[in-house]
Amino acid sequence: MSVLSPTLMSPEAAARRPWLEHAHDWVVTVDHKRLGILYVVSGLVFFVVAGIEATLMRLQLAWPGLHIVPPETFNRLFTMHGTSMVFLVGIPIVFGFGNYLVPLMIGARDLAFPRLNAFGFWIFLFAGLLLHWSFIGGEGLSGSGSAPAVGWFAYAPLTSRAFTPGNATDYWNLAVFIAGVGTIGTAINIVATTLTMRGPGMTLGRMPIFVWTMVTVSAMTLFILPPLSAAQIMLLLDRFLGAHFFDTQAGGSAVMWQHFFWFFGHPEVYVLMLPGFGFVSEIIPVFSRKVIFGYATLVAATVSIGGVALSTWAHHMFVVGMGTGLNAVFALSTMLIAVPTGIKIFNWLATMYGGRIRFRTPMLFCCAFLFQFLCAGLTGVMLSVAPFDWQLSDSYFVVAHFHFVLIGGLLFAIFAAIYYWFPKVTGRMLSERLGRWHCWLLVVGFNLTFITMHGQGVLGMPRRIYTYPADRGWEMWNLVTTLGVPLQIVAVLIFVVNVAVSLRRGERAGDDPWDAWTLEWATSSPPPEYNFETIPVTTSRRPLWDMKHPDDPDGPHE
Amino acid sequence: MSAHTAVHESTVGHEWRGRAGMIGLIIAESSLFGVFVVAHLFYTGKSVNGPYPNDVLTIPVIGTICLLSSSVSVALGARALGRGNVGRSGAWLLVTVLLGATFLAGTAREWHRLIYRDGLTIATNLFGTTFYPLVGLHGSHVIVGLVMLGLCCVFAATGALRAVHAARVEMVSWYWHFVDGVWVVVFTVVYLIGR
Repeated sequence: MSVLSPTLMSPEAAARRPWLEHAHDWVVTVDHKRLGILYVVSGLVFFVVAGIEATLMRLQLAWPGLHIVPPETFNRLFTMHGTSMVFLVGIPIVFGFGNYLVPLMIGARDLAFPRLNAFGFWIFLFAGLLLHWSFIGGEGLSGSGSAPAVGWFAYAPLTSRAFTPGNATDYWNLAVFIAGVGTIGTAINIVATTLTMRGPGMTLGRMPIFVWTMVTVSAMTLFILPPLSAAQIMLLLDRFLGAHFFDTQAGGSAVMWQHFFWFFGHPEVYVLMLPGFGFVSEIIPVFSRKVIFGYATLVAATVSIGGVALSTWAHHMFVVGMGTGLNAVFALSTMLIAVPTGIKIFNWLATMYGGRIRFRTPMLFCCAFLFQFLCAGLTGVMLSVAPFDWQLSDSYFVVAHFHFVLIGGLLFAIFAAIYYWFPKVTGRMLSERLGRWHCWLLVVGFNLTFITMHGQGVLGMPRRIYTYPADRGWEMWNLVTTLGVPLQIVAVLIFVVNVAVSLRRGERAGDDPWDAWTLEWATSSPPPEYNFETIPVTTSRRPLWDMKHPDDPDGPHE
Repeated sequence: MSAHTAVHESTVGHEWRGRAGMIGLIIAESSLFGVFVVAHLFYTGKSVNGPYPNDVLTIPVIGTICLLSSSVSVALGARALGRGNVGRSGAWLLVTVLLGATFLAGTAREWHRLIYRDGLTIATNLFGTTFYPLVGLHGSHVIVGLVMLGLCCVFAATGALRAVHAARVEMVSWYWHFVDGVWVVVFTVVYLIGR
């Protein structure tokens, strides 16, 4: 029975148990580590699904005048791709890592509300399945089944009954709403855990940077996600009860949806990115054999990004015609947020400077992250200039920009994190050789696809078009963009093979394979259900260093 | 700094776990209400056809008095349980439930009158569109609060509620105070500014 946890049994006894009991254990679990794994694995599954959707779109756009998929399907593909990548891939993976690592890193035995945590995961999974059920269950215009086709930000009035009859838009609305409920619960959980359950000596000023990023984004989530839920309730009322929130004919405002959506949507980018910064801030010091440079400035930059991010949303709306005053305010706040972000880049560089750098796979991904995220940030500052944005808004330049942020930045940071913490989670190392192939193929494929994508954007190719004529000079750019895709697919396949092989035959990791300094490495790999036999006492920002070097503790140097 | 002082530095009482969670929930809920309040303010006076708020809204005096005074009774109920007096606690919680139910009955009468006499529904105009969701969202929170308070009363009557549960009942009272606070905002926005 599930009363006896498998970690308390001998491995042989655990191996003999029928698979149904294993499955049962995973379904009823309230353990933050198992839920974290469930989050990340389901996020990766949705990542593959949304990646296939992206591949189909790139095939369609590879050359002018192709008809690989029908136009209606193309609209569904980009809607499902965007919605999935943000709500079913980014958020669950980031919060999954938070689930797994936050209690371990602060010396706690679980999150504050374990059952709320389980509720959050299962309701997220339900939302993901509900959204994908729309492929089969929606009664579309053509009757052939329909997924939502309104774009991932679902602008009014396109979402009104008049323009999207059938239930496709309702699948989008309800699935994202439900996923949001789970995310709010998890955010409350992480805030309460970090504030009230830190182990002895783990003061706020000693918390690992990753924990700081998680508590910041969780607090942000409490402010930004409910407005999206509110707007979705309004949309539901508009569509089913005949309310007029976004109905311009009755005096309602379609622009209000844009404000509500981006009040969530833009901070959401930072909710995804900040934990990515957290991964990098944990990994770079360990592989540079140096203490993180400027801990206090990194924490201050994290919190101020979280604050400023709440006031940048309308830079998505420069082309709506908000007027000079609002344009100026949002342009300035957007430029302002580049300052703390730039500080972080210098923190990481200064940490590496003069260090004894070990280029293991996590560090390789972090280096690629540094270059690519810098490019992403620079195009971001370009787009913050309102007149420049008027030229390139809704073009492929914007698409290239945010894919540089979310793939070149976030996805590379996530892969770095997976290579770094996989030994802790499974007790086995991932193959270094396959890891290098994975990283380099992804770097080449990603840059081939997305550097060139800036090109067709500057040449005026709008996003979301189904196909394009041959005389615009976009052909070669699009072809090269699509040619990068197979390289990325091979890279991800190598990753899958690496995980599958290493789970069974990987080198044994031991408790602390990277000679790291944070508390999760102080317990066994994988950690027991209760995390620590005795709760460790933290005496500095690198508690495990202090335990390994009692003669030279960190405390006096901080 | 010695390790010994460090141990005391970050040890936070167990009861703060629930409090932190409730504060988080209240922040998220405030943010949810905030958007409906903004929508109501933004659309005030923009209805293209009647009935307008001036014509049909009357200030719900009795309901407001009941709801606001229920904050006092729930605080007394939570305090009584903290002092180990289950009977007194249950009585005050019952008073709270009755006051909350009176408020809801007032809302129900108001809505019935608006819909059947004045012909104002959510689909009539922008006023109806923003009025019903805002007041209704608040009302649904009152219902949730009444269910929780009602359960506390039942547990007090059956003897299941004991002094060790004081921290939990305190959390219910925090939620109820929040619902009351929201009413102050909704009342101001809908019945004072919007009218």
